[in-house]
Amino acid sequence: MEILNLAWLIPLFPALAFVAVALFTHRSRALSHWMTIGGIAIAFLFAQIVFWRAVTLPVGGGEHAFESAIAPWVVAGAERLGIGVYVDPATAVMLFMVPLVCMMIFIYSVGYMNFGTDEVDPRYSRFFCYLSLFAMGMLGMVVFNNLLAFFIFWEIMGTCSYLLIGFWYDKSYPDPDRITPKEAGLKAFIVTKIGDLFFMLGLALLYAQVGSLAYRDVFNPETLDQLAHTPFLGASAATWVALLLFGGTVGKSAQFPLHVWLPDAMEGPTPVSALIHAATMVSAGVFLVVRTFPIFQVANASVLAVGGIPFVAVIGAFTAIFSSLMAVAQDDVKGVLAFSTISQLGYMVAALGIGAYVAGVFHLITHAFFKALLFLGSGSVIHGMEHGHHIIHEHAHDEHEPHGNADEHERHEEREGHAHEEHLGWFNPNDMKNMGGLAKRMPRTFWTFLIGGLALSGFPLFTAGFWSKDEILAQAYELAPAVFWTLAVAAGITAFYTMRQICLTFVGEPRTEAADHAPESVATMTVPLIVLAAFALSLGWVGIPEQFPVIGGIVPNWFHHFVISTIEAGETEHAVRVAGHLAQDSHGFVWLPLLTSVVFALGGLAVGWLVYGRNPLKAGQADPVEAAMGDVRLGWLYRAMANRFYFDEVYQTLFVRPSIWLANAFDSFDYGKDGGHGVVDGTVMLVGRFGRFASEISDWLDSNLLDGLVNLAGRAGVVLSNSFNAFDLSVIDGAVNSVADIVEGGGRSIRPIQTGKVQNYLLLASFAVLALIATFFVILFLQV
Amino acid sequence: MIPLEWYLILAAALFCVGGYGVLSRRNAIAVLMGIELMLNAVNINLVAFWRYLEPAGATGQAFALFVYVVAAAEASVGLALTIAIWRTRSTIALEDIDLLRG
Repeated sequence: MEILNLAWLIPLFPALAFVAVALFTHRSRALSHWMTIGGIAIAFLFAQIVFWRAVTLPVGGGEHAFESAIAPWVVAGAERLGIGVYVDPATAVMLFMVPLVCMMIFIYSVGYMNFGTDEVDPRYSRFFCYLSLFAMGMLGMVVFNNLLAFFIFWEIMGTCSYLLIGFWYDKSYPDPDRITPKEAGLKAFIVTKIGDLFFMLGLALLYAQVGSLAYRDVFNPETLDQLAHTPFLGASAATWVALLLFGGTVGKSAQFPLHVWLPDAMEGPTPVSALIHAATMVSAGVFLVVRTFPIFQVANASVLAVGGIPFVAVIGAFTAIFSSLMAVAQDDVKGVLAFSTISQLGYMVAALGIGAYVAGVFHLITHAFFKALLFLGSGSVIHGMEHGHHIIHEHAHDEHEPHGNADEHERHEEREGHAHEEHLGWFNPNDMKNMGGLAKRMPRTFWTFLIGGLALSGFPLFTAGFWSKDEILAQAYELAPAVFWTLAVAAGITAFYTMRQICLTFVGEPRTEAADHAPESVATMTVPLIVLAAFALSLGWVGIPEQFPVIGGIVPNWFHHFVISTIEAGETEHAVRVAGHLAQDSHGFVWLPLLTSVVFALGGLAVGWLVYGRNPLKAGQADPVEAAMGDVRLGWLYRAMANRFYFDEVYQTLFVRPSIWLANAFDSFDYGKDGGHGVVDGTVMLVGRFGRFASEISDWLDSNLLDGLVNLAGRAGVVLSNSFNAFDLSVIDGAVNSVADIVEGGGRSIRPIQTGKVQNYLLLASFAVLALIATFFVILFLQV
Repeated sequence: MIPLEWYLILAAALFCVGGYGVLSRRNAIAVLMGIELMLNAVNINLVAFWRYLEPAGATGQAFALFVYVVAAAEASVGLALTIAIWRTRSTIALEDIDLLRG
């Protein structure tokens, strides 16, 4: 039995853990998190088995995609959809990454949810329950063999995202403009649903054209050829399918213009941000493009290309640079990472858009590790800040008023006196302006965060991010120079804001007492950080280009050979193009993209260090970039960057307000305002009144007319039956009685004959005989 | 040889004696005796007719034998009934036995 058949077991165990926690173990916290971790650990083991098996299968041709049908699944009339597992290199590398990252984050979550607060969250078990469900969704999406299952698991993840962003749904902030977790969850759900709608339309179109959603049926060369040559609404069907599916990607991977939900999704617990909104779910959008890449290859890209560059790449590249700009001006430690995630997803989308399949997948994998690491690091920092705040708070309390009431409590907090805190009226542990100098307080967090940051910046040679980003840039240089330059600039900005974040958080002197008292996090949190840091450093070495100077070829470019085999399976124009590019590559190493990448990465880091690291920010000091831009009359630009280029406001004006207005209009149409009745409500009321009136009339008719009729009928019945009674008594009874009387009278009159004396009878009989004899003789005589 | 008519006259006379006894006696046993006389009168007729008209056959004798058997059975049943009535009602006077009176 082929072991890859067991791939469907991978999502099963998190699903079982979800059911078990939801139904049985939710009362026990320890049991709940052990169930969750156990589920993902078993999934991890299976995934490793499947991964190594897939890696050791013979490379080349279409043989690399393993498929096995499990069962017929949806049967509706003549239409039947089967379900099975599908393991190709893209699946395999996802199976390497997803359970590993999930497991690290689950372990981290145990520390995160227990540490730093006195009382454990009452929804503790629910949190792990959702995590298990999410892991099931992500793994299910990866292993199954058709796009319908893909979509279903994709939606399961969307639901988990909604539930987990709004996990602290009762939380509210003093600042009414700040989005609450509940609103953020709704926003994320609704915005991604816009993309999902396109995805579903794409699936419907694809099914209508092909009659199947199984990868094997859709991605075979004849089908693709047919799709590419079927005209549909002015373009080929393949083009429309690709565009609609890309709509799903735009929503899920937070690409422009649906990127607005991801920064607000940071309202959820930090492990959730790391797991769902950095490492796995948002990259599911990219994975959709990876999965349906053959369709994108045959799609007629020129229909929506901008300046000869495919639409997908334009969106990706624009998102990459545009959100990296916004990241520069964020003060929230998770906000920076959120925009950074959008930007990095833009990288992947751009890579896939220009056809750099392998590079896109590679960056997807490495990014998952280092971005999860960064998020978990920031979670550790936030926890430290909260804990530090708590410590001074307790300290002040004990010192002055052991039994102080709420007012004094407030006063102590004010006495701590930091501009930022007073401004908001409460302590914001996420604000980097409140941090500083945490490197000494939290060394393990600092070093791992530094590694993650360097990987994100693409620090040369040592980090995974460098190799994946470099591969994207190298291919972009060959295939689309405009995309290359955009991404290179974005890489520079990325390095800059990463250094800014590291400096603001960890370097210099603590800017608040909370930062001064922040403790290092517990081992359950730091150990996952260290494991992820190891991967953030080393993972790039599986994909070193063989033409790379000096160290190229020492380690074979395993990743490239493994993943490229998927593309080689489909003989399409684009694959030839990629292959041609590779052939060109082999002539010699192209230095420019590498140099550009290194210069931008190191340059960004250096500028970041000069601005924020050399002279660390003092408490209450304005951001140097903000000040500098203000000096050259670009303050408006900084404010725009800090406010996310006002996209939320624009959407609020363009979509949300009209929707609310429309809803209100419908409401007044329906229900009316101020005691009046709207049209619908009024109509309903009118109908009601009419009904009441009609029932009153019928009530009157009932009591007067119908009752009379009924009574009349009743009386007539009584009269009739009385007459029948009289008839019965007189006629029928009379007849019966008179018959009886006659019979009785007759009996009485002939009764004396019966004397009971036997001799009388005999005598009578003798006389009768004699009479008969006499009669005989008389007749005889008369005849004679 | 005695002519047939004499036998017939004897039988008729015997039958009448028996019939009179049956109709006129009060005693139930006397009535039974009358019946016996009537049956024997018939037997005389049967035997006489056989001897004078059909001497070759045995029909008359056979009938006479059947009549004896019937007479014996009748006498036994009749006497048994009479005894039973005597035991319950202490009388065998036929005037008093009128349970079937209407």
